[in-house]
Amino acid sequence: MTVKELVEKLGLEVIVAGPMEVEISGVYVGDLLSNVMARAEEKNLWITIQGHQNVVAVASLTGVAAVIVVEDFAVEEEAIERAREKNVTILRTPLTAYKLICKLIELGI
Amino acid sequence: MQEKLILENKIERGDFARGGETSSNLKELLRKLGIPSDKNRRITIVAYELEMNIIIHSYGGEIKVYISSEQIKVVAADSGPGIEDLEKALQPGFSTADDEIRDMGFGAGMGLNNIQHYSDDVEIETGPGQPTKITAIVNL
Repeated sequence: MTVKELVEKLGLEVIVAGPMEVEISGVYVGDLLSNVMARAEEKNLWITIQGHQNVVAVASLTGVAAVIVVEDFAVEEEAIERAREKNVTILRTPLTAYKLICKLIELGI
Repeated sequence: MQEKLILENKIERGDFARGGETSSNLKELLRKLGIPSDKNRRITIVAYELEMNIIIHSYGGEIKVYISSEQIKVVAADSGPGIEDLEKALQPGFSTADDEIRDMGFGAGMGLNNIQHYSDDVEIETGPGQPTKITAIVNL
């Protein structure tokens, strides 16, 4: 499934649209950036509550398909600007990480 | 073994706005040089941790990256204040970062462990009140 299809199916808020046709390879959940750096794989969805600019650096370095900020946590303006520069997709949902993951499993991701 | 300096970046203390920039430049550079993506990933993780350590914990410093036919070497050198207790600092989960830093998802006490895990060889020169120099190598 592509990021674009996922956004449509789950009605995710698109905060920054990067490459939306990327095929999702899996999921990593985490708020500790060192762990995300070490464990997130290319084209994963990265689920987190972090919404600051260093998230964009980590997303760009790991090459994740998109960052999904859960529980409607704030995404800082600097993060949005940086994501536009780096072509990183940032999505958001009011769902908790758990509820979002349940839906991702239902979709076969 | 002829070594070539391929990247040299100064890193300021507390410069979170540019956090990850050096590693990002390095990743792109290594990609252009045709370094295999698994090696590039390992070096990028190591460089990112070294870069963020300088931003979070030091008075400022610099990162230099050297390449030869056998290895990629990242040297992170700062001007202090040094690691008080290196043995403790190497324990997974140990960190001296404050709450504000931790709230951002840093200071999980995994940085040095990641550096050790993803490098083939690491050398740490430090001490209380001393500059810190970390040399991390990934073999090609």
